[in-house]
Amino acid sequence: MRSKAIASRIIRQFIRDKRTLALMLIAPLFILTLVSLVFNGKDYHPTIAFVHVPKKIIQTLDTKDTHIKTMEQKRAQTAIHNGDIDAIVSNDQGTLKVLLEGSDPSTNQAILQWLQKQQLKGQPGKNLSVHYLHGGKDLNSFDNFGSVLLGFFVFFFVFIVSGVSFLRERTTGTLERLLSTPIRRGEIVCGYIFGFGLFTLIQSTLVTWYSINVLNMWMVGSFWLVLLIIVLLALTALTLGTLLSAFANNELQMIQFIPLVIVPQVFFSGLFKIDTISDWISWIAPFMPLYYGADALRNIMLRGNGFADITLDILALCGFILLFVVLNILVLRRYRKL
Amino acid sequence: MTHQNVIRMNHVSKSYGKKRIVEDICLSIERPEILGLLGPSGAGKTTLVKMIAGIEEVTDGEICLLGERMPRLKLMEQIGYMAQSDALYGELTAKENIYFFAKLYGLRGKTMKGQCEKALELVGLLDDQNKIIDTFSGGMKRRLSLAIALVHHPRILILDEPTVGIDPVLRNQIWEQLHELKNEGITIIVTTHVMDEAERCDRLGMIRNGRLLALDTPEGLKQDTRSQTIEEAFLFYGGGAHAQ
Repeated sequence: MRSKAIASRIIRQFIRDKRTLALMLIAPLFILTLVSLVFNGKDYHPTIAFVHVPKKIIQTLDTKDTHIKTMEQKRAQTAIHNGDIDAIVSNDQGTLKVLLEGSDPSTNQAILQWLQKQQLKGQPGKNLSVHYLHGGKDLNSFDNFGSVLLGFFVFFFVFIVSGVSFLRERTTGTLERLLSTPIRRGEIVCGYIFGFGLFTLIQSTLVTWYSINVLNMWMVGSFWLVLLIIVLLALTALTLGTLLSAFANNELQMIQFIPLVIVPQVFFSGLFKIDTISDWISWIAPFMPLYYGADALRNIMLRGNGFADITLDILALCGFILLFVVLNILVLRRYRKL
Repeated sequence: MTHQNVIRMNHVSKSYGKKRIVEDICLSIERPEILGLLGPSGAGKTTLVKMIAGIEEVTDGEICLLGERMPRLKLMEQIGYMAQSDALYGELTAKENIYFFAKLYGLRGKTMKGQCEKALELVGLLDDQNKIIDTFSGGMKRRLSLAIALVHHPRILILDEPTVGIDPVLRNQIWEQLHELKNEGITIIVTTHVMDEAERCDRLGMIRNGRLLALDTPEGLKQDTRSQTIEEAFLFYGGGAHAQ
């Protein structure tokens, strides 16, 4: 019952503090929109130059989303170096040779997919050999970018808001005041989880819905599973935030945890391939909540996997939450042993 | 009602690391009274009252409240504590603040509303109960803190410098109120360094460097030290902040 009092108090405070509410609800949407505008060159129509390719092949090509030009070899070479065209397709003794400009992974992919589709339309015996002017096919694709960012931003904002508000509870003396009442330490932690839980639930639903329906983030799995993972990530961030706030003396010191605790998680969340990270540091990945959250989100959203495939991730996140809750209760002993 | 000591402190000491904050204090309160703790800042008054309130643990010795040893969660329901700083939620209204704490003490429904209203009325804040705390003056916050400390009808009221920043008229009212509460059977421990307040306590404890140097009625202290005023008595015990 005392937890309920704390929870409803937090909810009231939240409703009064419109700016913080906006930070939690609007900021993730804003940033995700920016990122999607920056990285989602979906409407970009690549330009492809064809050199020495028979006319009857060119006529069969689908030109809806692609500009096609026929050029002399020399002019095409200059054009691709200048960035005027994105690829050259040339006929090299019965093999179609593709030279990609290569610096933008999403363009590369778009062109290759387009070419494959054209092949299906019936040019038998034509093999594709793909070459890159810059970069190569090993360049990271941003396809799995969005799902990870979705989890990250929720994690980030919940961490900041919960950490700072628990810190303020301590610096304004209200924590000490709370501890002079017959409340149990566990009831304080639970109160925080329920009070913040409501807002993280709203936040998670809004951000997930917006990402999928407005930003058209790649999504083949279940909305509810995505929501579950986001909420678990938010609760992990909440309990971690309140825990670490015990080790900060003011808001600035709370902000200082961002480069120490939040940023490293980005590196191990799958934005960068973990296989390519040096062995002496990659062992750290399994200790990071975002590693599991991001893995689960990619599995659901990109691969359409179900509950069975992400059970381990869910268990890991629940484990983190439980661990942080217990540590929170223990750390509160610093202020009252009872 | 069985008669038992309200508060009994047996050789209570408190240290942080190697630093001794409270040193070997023995004190007992047998029936409801107003006990003042007088001493310069840094004397250990706040640490002492926090131990009585159950927020801090004693390093040595023991504190018993109403016959039971502190700290105990159950006993904390019997204590009203008002900290030196106003521990209020600035975004909330006075009413929301007092309701919140009342709920933590287990009050519900009509009882809660009634007691909150009575406590707010006592400190003259009933008309301001729907104002946001951030718009409150320092004195209003102090009064609300006092109301919150009273709201659950505790048997022991611990007030850490309750009248700082409160104007003399209101201070007078609050002290009259404290005496009324005492007459209702509530034991009040109040820390202060305001001399005219000290005069209004039933008994005064002089504290310096964590030690209880003297404990008597204001009159008794004056006689013992052959002083005219409490201030002189206070200085006699080396209580002046610049005495050394």
